[in-house]
Amino acid sequence: MTIDTNINLERWPFRRLSLEETSKLVAKLKASGVTQAWAGSFDGLLHRDIAAVNQRLADACRQFADLLRPFGTVNPVLPDWHEDLRRCHEVHKMPGLRLHPNFHGYTLDDPRFAELLSLATDRGLIVQLALAMEDERTQHALHRVPHVDPKPLAGVVAKLPKLRLVLLNAFRSLSLLQCGEVAKAGQVWFDIAMLESVAGVTKLIEKVSPERVLFGSHSPLFYFESAELKLVESGLPEAVLQQIRIGNAMKLLAVSSD
Amino acid sequence: MLQYRVWDLHCHLLGIVGRTPEEKMANLLEIADRHGIERLCLFFSRTWSKTPTPEELKADNDFIMQAMSHWANRTHGFCYVSGEHVDFSLSEMDRCIQNGPMVGIKLWVAKRANERDLDAIIRKASELKAVIFQHTWFKQDGTQYPGESTPLDLVELAKRHPQTHFICGHAGGQWEMGIRAIRAFKNISIELAGSDPTAGFTEMAVRELGHERIIYGSDSAGRSFASQLAKVYGADISEEAKRMIFSENLRRLIEQPLKLKKTR
Repeated sequence: MTIDTNINLERWPFRRLSLEETSKLVAKLKASGVTQAWAGSFDGLLHRDIAAVNQRLADACRQFADLLRPFGTVNPVLPDWHEDLRRCHEVHKMPGLRLHPNFHGYTLDDPRFAELLSLATDRGLIVQLALAMEDERTQHALHRVPHVDPKPLAGVVAKLPKLRLVLLNAFRSLSLLQCGEVAKAGQVWFDIAMLESVAGVTKLIEKVSPERVLFGSHSPLFYFESAELKLVESGLPEAVLQQIRIGNAMKLLAVSSD
Repeated sequence: MLQYRVWDLHCHLLGIVGRTPEEKMANLLEIADRHGIERLCLFFSRTWSKTPTPEELKADNDFIMQAMSHWANRTHGFCYVSGEHVDFSLSEMDRCIQNGPMVGIKLWVAKRANERDLDAIIRKASELKAVIFQHTWFKQDGTQYPGESTPLDLVELAKRHPQTHFICGHAGGQWEMGIRAIRAFKNISIELAGSDPTAGFTEMAVRELGHERIIYGSDSAGRSFASQLAKVYGADISEEAKRMIFSENLRRLIEQPLKLKKTR
């Protein structure tokens, strides 16, 4: 059993993916032992009608409610973003949000980011912050998106002790040492989709503790097997692997539902 | 997941814990064993110097041969050479391949592959039937090193040596471009190592090149074995293609210098 905390529905803007149809992705995840998947939307990266993006995401997740949990997009640069936040929580009953500061054009020291985190925390929402979506060396020539600069993050997190923040695709921006510093600043978790180096999961745990690591595949953009095999490579005891696969995410979700 | 025989074309010992090359090798093999990887090819592992001096090339080759010394049945060494130091590189190939245990050469970023200086190195490698690995990237973020080759640079070299086989390291990073760049040149294979496990990579490579021109590698220890193995395990390709990519295509290339050594 696995909770995959990092998948996306809809279409990646720069390449067709064999699992971009939700039914195919769901089948693949189920066949791989995934019992729940936290889904954002690729449409949330570039679309400006975020309300429609989130409505489609909620509808798709409702269709596969035995597996998918929607994490709606909020873009605090757009006019009236507060309404998107309200709908994610009150209308769609989402457990959390997924933010893309680099695609949406703001930095982590932007007051709107701090306000969004604060409001999400007040509503008990988990916040997933995607620091990257792909290697900056392989981006489309006409659409280069720098990774999120994480320098302000520890300071921002320290001011919101009740915030539950999941960093997705963090490791092209953050060194493992920096991950440790951010983890100490507050309630912060890390998914393993973009974690690299040999036995990287073991190294990450040494810096942030086993309780702060979540399974995330970044499917369908990445081959799902990558995250799965990272656990094999770690050589960690089964109890720790279970925490990463499912235990930590269940605890995080349970607190959110309280 | 089905088990395959896996030979890894692309490993470094940089970043692996250990006080000596032998200790690092043992530690890397212990992790490789978790995936059932049979053999590892070793590339330079002491420093990331982009323009290594002759002394650095020699020290790195010594380091690799020392690391291999206890695991001759599981490792293959690639001699680190440079187009900036052609005469010295030729003597290193004599020392490490002709008279030593290594089976191939690694060309990194000291000089672009299209430079004529590399011709003497390629002729020598061809005589020794050594496997020729050229690092390539098409970088979109402005970090291309002055001497860093793209797959198009390698194509120029391969055109000058049509009877010699080359491996296009990393498939150029931007694999949609790398695959296209080398597609028409049958004496170039690609390796899958050292980029994110983006879905569709291996499927496109099989479709455009045929599975006999694709080789698995990881670029460990900077990359995990896991993310790179996933490019084959996760790909929607035939079992035969997976078997060839995971080991058979590389075995076929490595057997040639090994056979030549036996006949000498």
